[in-house]
Amino acid sequence: MYAQSLNQQVEGTTGPEDAEAAARFQARIDAEERIEPNDWMPAAYRRTLVRQISQHAHSEIVGMLPEGNWITRAPSLRRKAALIAKVQDECGHGMYLYAAAETLGVTREQLVDELLAGKAKYSSIFNYPTLTWADIGAIGWLVDGAAIMNQIPLCRCSYGPYSRAMIRVCKEESFHQRQGYEIMLTLARGTAAQKAMAQDALNRWWWPCLMMFGPPDAQSQHSDTSTRWKIKRFSNDALRQKFVDATVPQAHFLGLTLPDPALRFNEATSHWEFGEIDWSEFKQVLAGNGPCNRDRMAARRAAHANGEWVRDAALAYAAKERARAAAAAGAA
Amino acid sequence: MSTPTTPLWEVFIRSRTGLAHKHVGSLHAADATLAVQAARDLYTRRGEGTSVWVVPSSAITASDPADKGMMFDPADSKVYRHPTFYEVPDDVGHM
Ligand SMILES: [Fe+2]
Ligand SMILES: [Fe+2]
Repeated sequence: MYAQSLNQQVEGTTGPEDAEAAARFQARIDAEERIEPNDWMPAAYRRTLVRQISQHAHSEIVGMLPEGNWITRAPSLRRKAALIAKVQDECGHGMYLYAAAETLGVTREQLVDELLAGKAKYSSIFNYPTLTWADIGAIGWLVDGAAIMNQIPLCRCSYGPYSRAMIRVCKEESFHQRQGYEIMLTLARGTAAQKAMAQDALNRWWWPCLMMFGPPDAQSQHSDTSTRWKIKRFSNDALRQKFVDATVPQAHFLGLTLPDPALRFNEATSHWEFGEIDWSEFKQVLAGNGPCNRDRMAARRAAHANGEWVRDAALAYAAKERARAAAAAGAA
Repeated sequence: MSTPTTPLWEVFIRSRTGLAHKHVGSLHAADATLAVQAARDLYTRRGEGTSVWVVPSSAITASDPADKGMMFDPADSKVYRHPTFYEVPDDVGHM
């Protein structure tokens, strides 16, 4: 964003953390003030945000791949138009988020290079394959549904550019979830084979979606400071529960069964209790051993490499035009 | 692998005729023409705009947050700049 030179200056003069400045910073956070790019902030706050926002941006970009896989095979023009629009939105979300991260003093090129070098993480969910058309329904309904649960509280995140990006993202997300649910509903009310396809997609996506909220609160590494800094407003487990409570009745409406024999409604708490999540699977996927990790990275690297001549040509043309304009001004 | 950096632009959109252009975000583009096209794709996918401005981010001069008090506090004490500061009898009617 603007005035990044100022931003760098702030970073340069920070040195050993100033206790007084840190206290003032926390007081601003406690007062629900928004922190803006050129404001003083602890180095760790800046680092946390760069990591979180860039991971979020990478997730939006890699997230285009599983869905893009079905654009050419969408069953109707209506579905195809909606899917293209959705994938385009996800690209936009990536762009808003990279821009928000850049206000913290990193460049877009650095962030992209980190992703392509395999040094940056993105959401584990996008390392699962989209095997059938029903997966597109399940992704919109469940993956975007889970993302919305995560993102709504981020609209009130203490860092101004991140919160503003999230407000825009959330506005666009609701169509994503609705179009996914509509696909599931159509399949669930279709032939027996279509209903079975919807059930199969739900079976495969349910548990990975619950993992999207991250490790259980007891094991989460970043939660305490992120909560104090009001980057995170709800715990992983709280958001996961919220998602389960919202989604189970939607699955029942579809006439589908959730792949969890332990699932039961607790009358006393009004919550749906669910079974044990297989965290070893989550760790494996994060470590690069999910079903599609290699494919996703290969696709991103190929896209970047194949687009290089376009970026180079655009920059060369801009430089040539600038030189021409300067020569014309000199001649006049 | 590191590519040369592509310039950063700030995007302003007029949402309807009669309204001012408002800052909506930023983007990277090699030149102004590409920046306008990218701004169209990125910020007006749902009819958010009728006009776009793009400005090189490097052309913006911002006030320093450290000077916030010096810059903006003086206005706080000047209540006489607001209409409510002045007393006009009710009998005069709406003014
Ligand atoms: Fe998104
Ligand atoms: Fe989405």
